[in-house]
Amino acid sequence: MKKGTQKLALLGLFTAIAMVLAYVEVLLPPLFSAVPGIKLGLPNIIIIFVLYRMGVKEAALVSLVRMVAVSLLFGNPMTFAYSLAGGALSLAAMALLRKLDFFSIIGVSVAGGVLHNVGQILLAMFVLRTAELGYYLIVLSITGTIAGIFIGLCGGLAVKRVKWG
Amino acid sequence: MEHEKGIDTPATPNKKRKLRNDLILIGGVLVIFVLIGLAIWLFRGEGDLVVVEVNGKTWGTYSLFVDRTVEIRTGEDEQELNLLIIKDGKAYVETATCPDGICAAHKPISRQGESIVCLPHKVVITVKRSDTNAPDIVV
Ligand SMILES: [Zn+2]
Repeated sequence: MKKGTQKLALLGLFTAIAMVLAYVEVLLPPLFSAVPGIKLGLPNIIIIFVLYRMGVKEAALVSLVRMVAVSLLFGNPMTFAYSLAGGALSLAAMALLRKLDFFSIIGVSVAGGVLHNVGQILLAMFVLRTAELGYYLIVLSITGTIAGIFIGLCGGLAVKRVKWG
Repeated sequence: MEHEKGIDTPATPNKKRKLRNDLILIGGVLVIFVLIGLAIWLFRGEGDLVVVEVNGKTWGTYSLFVDRTVEIRTGEDEQELNLLIIKDGKAYVETATCPDGICAAHKPISRQGESIVCLPHKVVITVKRSDTNAPDIVV
């Protein structure tokens, strides 16, 4: 198989896996139902894997296609906007930290997880004006950190173990 | 296993240093965002609604800018009373039949998110804003 075709097929496969993980996450019972927005960010395992094994452009492509598709299937334009704000900030931070090479994949993943939430909240601050955002920011930064550690461990394992031709 | 950039094998001495950096990053991230969150919370604006909840359920909603007196009667024979007064854009409990009297001693509330709680009567009075909802963060 030609190199370009193989890469395209792989990216399609990873996008599909990321979407399945996003769907699995919708099906899981909410971790803490009092606060909307708390989730593990399972698709981020794929994003971080593609970032480490293929590159920033590839990770951005997988992330963007996933967000568009998931929003079309389960969401609305507003969920896409929130998703994009979180995803873009998160990936930019992870790409930068990976390049700096100061942190392991766990640190990179934590920064990505927390900034995903922060991006969404910053957008919400433009859309809505409520003191509850301060409370969300505190809760989501803590849960984002814990989720980021978990995602980083999974992503690190995948980066080390998964092989292809 | 050969060492690739960005991927640590257990033998890499780099790994210890990176894990220490990870911990510093995690600690720093937590401190910064908890502080920012607290700042947003502390500098929150005025509210315009007074919401009364009894036993976790919404019991009544009133404008903060229409002066009125509300008798919040709860309990078996509606024997338990909290007298809520809304006046000049502030809400407070004038008198209450609860044993501790903490709710009646509470200062008037007007900023969004502020609340007066009467534990014995399971009454929570909170100031909210009518034009905002919890953000709908889904994907
Ligand atoms: Zn009381």
